[in-house]
Amino acid sequence: MCRYSWAATNWRKRVEQLDDNKASMQDENIGLDRREVVRMLLKDRVDMLVVTGLGSPSYDVMAAGDHDNNYYLWAAMGSASTVGLGLANSQPDRKVLVITGDGEMLMGIGSMATIAVQKTTNLSIVVLDNGHYGETGMQLSHAGQGIELDKLASACGFDWTDSIRSMEQVKLLQQRIHHKESLNFANVKVNSANKPRVIPPRDGVYIKNRFRMSLGFKPG
Amino acid sequence: MQDNHPLPETWQDEVFPILKSVNVKHIAYVPDAGHSKAIKAANTDVSIKSVVLTTEEEGLGYLAGAWLGGDRGALLLQYSGVGNCINTLALQSCARFPLLMLVTMRGDWAEFNPWQNPMGQNTEEILTRMGVMIWRADKSEDVAPLIRGAATMAFDGDSACAVILGQRLIGEKEWNN
Repeated sequence: MCRYSWAATNWRKRVEQLDDNKASMQDENIGLDRREVVRMLLKDRVDMLVVTGLGSPSYDVMAAGDHDNNYYLWAAMGSASTVGLGLANSQPDRKVLVITGDGEMLMGIGSMATIAVQKTTNLSIVVLDNGHYGETGMQLSHAGQGIELDKLASACGFDWTDSIRSMEQVKLLQQRIHHKESLNFANVKVNSANKPRVIPPRDGVYIKNRFRMSLGFKPG
Repeated sequence: MQDNHPLPETWQDEVFPILKSVNVKHIAYVPDAGHSKAIKAANTDVSIKSVVLTTEEEGLGYLAGAWLGGDRGALLLQYSGVGNCINTLALQSCARFPLLMLVTMRGDWAEFNPWQNPMGQNTEEILTRMGVMIWRADKSEDVAPLIRGAATMAFDGDSACAVILGQRLIGEKEWNN
């Protein structure tokens, strides 16, 4: 009996806490504009290779301009970071940028360990963290409940990690990516405002072959 | 027998040289006793990127990325890891990324631990249903030609291919010591 009432009180507290989080995180004015962040990261990209996680990050990258060197994922949730690692390891002279969301990164959370032990220095992972699962009805994610992804990356041993809260920091991050001297992980706090979808090509074979051909490889 | 007499090659000794001969540059794996010789060889060969994974589906993403960058790779895993890969196999299916998987089996023959059976009994059907072509090796002499053939169909035909290395090939797990 006693135990049940203890559990009920704790559950109520937890629900209240979640409601508070929800109220604060759903404030559309908190955090950076995701489209502006991505536009700045991809400015003067030159020979940068880009992989996007499914959902909003793909739309954000498409909104900044389609490119032969973009690989958009439409499924395989949790795989953006490992696609980026394979690309970085096979193209060591190019800089590789993974742009994904907090939910997508959480589904592939173990890849942080896999990537860190590879000690790749031409790979940067940028998480656009709005604290929510945007595609499925804006449910709070673990990041929205206090898990700081950049600290996890730091614990895994990424060379450089940071939580980004200003456009000045985004500009410095863009320069860091171009320097290609460290394995980077940036958690960018973006607001949860809904942006119009800008749909990238969905034909996986087309975007694969387009990407490879731009690097000088023939389609199969 | 003289000390310098070469030991007869087992199928485990053949795996890594075959992968190298078909120009595989990346070996992604989740550690496994059946693959231990190939893993050791990959870890000590400077021309190979050897990538230890926390879970098998990371290897599907990794090898897709490597192919985007122009390289061939292979995934070494246990049958249980096939279960972890199911959803991510959409990547190979929708984009026709080449995939070469070498899958060591449990729960398919002489299995002491029945907890291995649900996945072991369904590994081949799961792969087939997800669009992965499979070849099964239960005899050591089949391993080399099956891997070579699967590699041709993966890399020259942009297909997802798996070689199943059966428990009869690997041998019964010894539980008494």
